Amino acid sequence: MSATKLDDKTLLWMYRTMLTIRRFEEQARREADAGKLRGMHSAVGQEAVPTGVCVHLRDGDYIFGTHRSHHHCIAKGLDIKLMMAELLGKATGTNKGKGGTMHIADIEKGMLGANGIVGSNIPVATGAALRAQVQGTDLVSVVFFGDGAANQGVLHESMNLAGIWKLPIIFVCENNRYAQSTPFEYAVAGESVADRAAGYDMPGIAVNGMSVLDVYEVAGEAVRRARAGDGPTLIEAMTYRYMGHFGADNPLMYRTEDEEDEFKARDCNRQLKGYLMENAIATEAELDAMDEEVLEEVAEATRFANDSPFPDPSELTTDVYVSYR
Amino acid sequence: MVTDVGVREISYIQAFNEALTDEMRRDPTVMVMGEDVAGAGGREGFEDAWGGVMRLTKGLYPEFGPSRVRDTPISEAGFIGAGVGAAATGLRPVVELMYVGFYGVCADQITNNAAKMHYMFGGKVKIPLTIFAGTGAGTNSAAQHSETLYSLFVHFPGLKCVAPSDPYTAKGLLIASIRDDDPVIVFNNRQLMGLRPEGHVPEESYEIPIGEARIVREGSDVTLIGVGYTTHVCRQAAADLEAEGYSAEVLDLLSLSPMDEDAIVSSVQKTRKVVIVDEDYPRCSMAGDISALVAEQAFDYLDAPPRRVTPPHTSVPYSRPLEALYVPNKDDVVAAAHEVME
Ligand SMILES: Cc1ncc(C[n+]2csc(CCOP(=O)(O)OP(=O)(O)O)c2C)c(N)n1
Repeated sequence: MSATKLDDKTLLWMYRTMLTIRRFEEQARREADAGKLRGMHSAVGQEAVPTGVCVHLRDGDYIFGTHRSHHHCIAKGLDIKLMMAELLGKATGTNKGKGGTMHIADIEKGMLGANGIVGSNIPVATGAALRAQVQGTDLVSVVFFGDGAANQGVLHESMNLAGIWKLPIIFVCENNRYAQSTPFEYAVAGESVADRAAGYDMPGIAVNGMSVLDVYEVAGEAVRRARAGDGPTLIEAMTYRYMGHFGADNPLMYRTEDEEDEFKARDCNRQLKGYLMENAIATEAELDAMDEEVLEEVAEATRFANDSPFPDPSELTTDVYVSYR
Repeated sequence: MVTDVGVREISYIQAFNEALTDEMRRDPTVMVMGEDVAGAGGREGFEDAWGGVMRLTKGLYPEFGPSRVRDTPISEAGFIGAGVGAAATGLRPVVELMYVGFYGVCADQITNNAAKMHYMFGGKVKIPLTIFAGTGAGTNSAAQHSETLYSLFVHFPGLKCVAPSDPYTAKGLLIASIRDDDPVIVFNNRQLMGLRPEGHVPEESYEIPIGEARIVREGSDVTLIGVGYTTHVCRQAAADLEAEGYSAEVLDLLSLSPMDEDAIVSSVQKTRKVVIVDEDYPRCSMAGDISALVAEQAFDYLDAPPRRVTPPHTSVPYSRPLEALYVPNKDDVVAAAHEVME
């Protein structure tokens, strides 16, 4: 599978992270179904992508997310208690309940925000890479975006900026094959996002996004290049969104069950579990025990969120400006 | 519930959809573009999968086909700009900008091209483009998906702007917008689109003239002015006030640019008090504009200063209890009416 030697600790961290994402998303969906938030964009199926990327990052490296970003946040090490509280609009949430599911941010953890405007995060991430370069650090910036976002003009402007200035940024396109109901092969001319890198003087690599080990390898090289001052990389991770686009969307309105089954058969979590067992890194019993622990952590986060207070009414008009008079 | 004989009640979404369908049947130059307006990118067996995120364009793709009904990539600058070019050269494109907050991606095309080409080119080019966008808070969707932004568009000479307030006006204003030779922005409030059908919507085609307000309720003690969703709020407030023995007139603005100044001034001259209810940000807003108009043209008639009811000067919060404080509600309007009537 992977040429890079991965130690057991890293492999188990990745598995635990992917389990946490899956279980968090499942619980968040239940909270939404109970009417506690209006709906959310689930990342179930896409766990491998941010996990295989963020495993290479430090706290000081910045990542930038989208409307579908719970998985990015968890992979970057955000506290799921604070995330769940944010989903429920609570004062204890990452954003004090002001941002919600589409806007989770945690600056200390290097998550500079999920963004609800498709493509809008890309130039901002480019700016974080600019800062890393100007200040002579070896920090990197990573921006996640969908196949749909690949058709926004700002991606092209940002890739060109990153290309001419050799900025330490990794553009990670999570190609989950759909933008809402629109198949990527309809919307992306040439049917490849990765190929577009050629126009901007950077490597463009398509990778199997259902395999965290494959993502790990490609992202490792991209991060190494960026830290070394060799410039940006575009990664197109081929993945799949298991759920509908948002809330109550029924994906069978625009795709077949056969297609879904095909991808689910290559489920990233199950693949990694199999790898860990085959290579005697952990037993099935150990991995199932880990799942139980994760479920308990998610349950604890859910209790914390539900027990937390809503923001004080005065919070309506705070944080609009730093100062204003 | 008994419906009156001859009353045809359909939802806002159905009324809007009917207008679009009628216009596409009548005029082969009308076309529709936007994200998922058909859905599934025309994939075989899944045609018309969505019919738009709000289902406003449902059924158009099967009837009119892939040439006139186009799913677009998420490239607002590209497809709104293409709408401008197609309009300049002979089509009447109707383009969906899903939520008005996405204007930022394509603002250049709207304000520098659609708004200005007729003027800059000495009146020699017409841009019969219609853009419709979802607006409004109250859906737990946070700061980027809950804006109203009327004044941003009204600000630009060259753009017309309309805000329907119910199914009847949704149909009539959309038809008028499509037939208009200027670019028109149609604001569809998300809460209005979710309300139960109310009021008669004629089956036949009709236009509500752009530039005309309507009085939806006659009254003599105070004028309540609503825009889109806030007209609904004003109606509720007027009912409460009536129960208290006050007679409130409700003016439904409908057209934001041009604005029916005469209707506003004559209502205020009659009631001598005015409350303007606007869901948009309060600074440089429709509410401020109307307030200035009243101050300038009806000052001598006023028993009290014009009163604006708006959200505070802040972005829209996600948390539901905060959001509930944000959007003007009927109690806010009743309280403001009491203030000016005192
Ligand atoms: C500028 C802009 N246009 C449209 C939307 C509405 N919208 C939200 S998510 C989405 C699809 C995004 O698809 P993709 O980038 O592939 O990400 P995915 O949802 O698959 O994660 C659309 C069209 C938006 N939020 N912002």
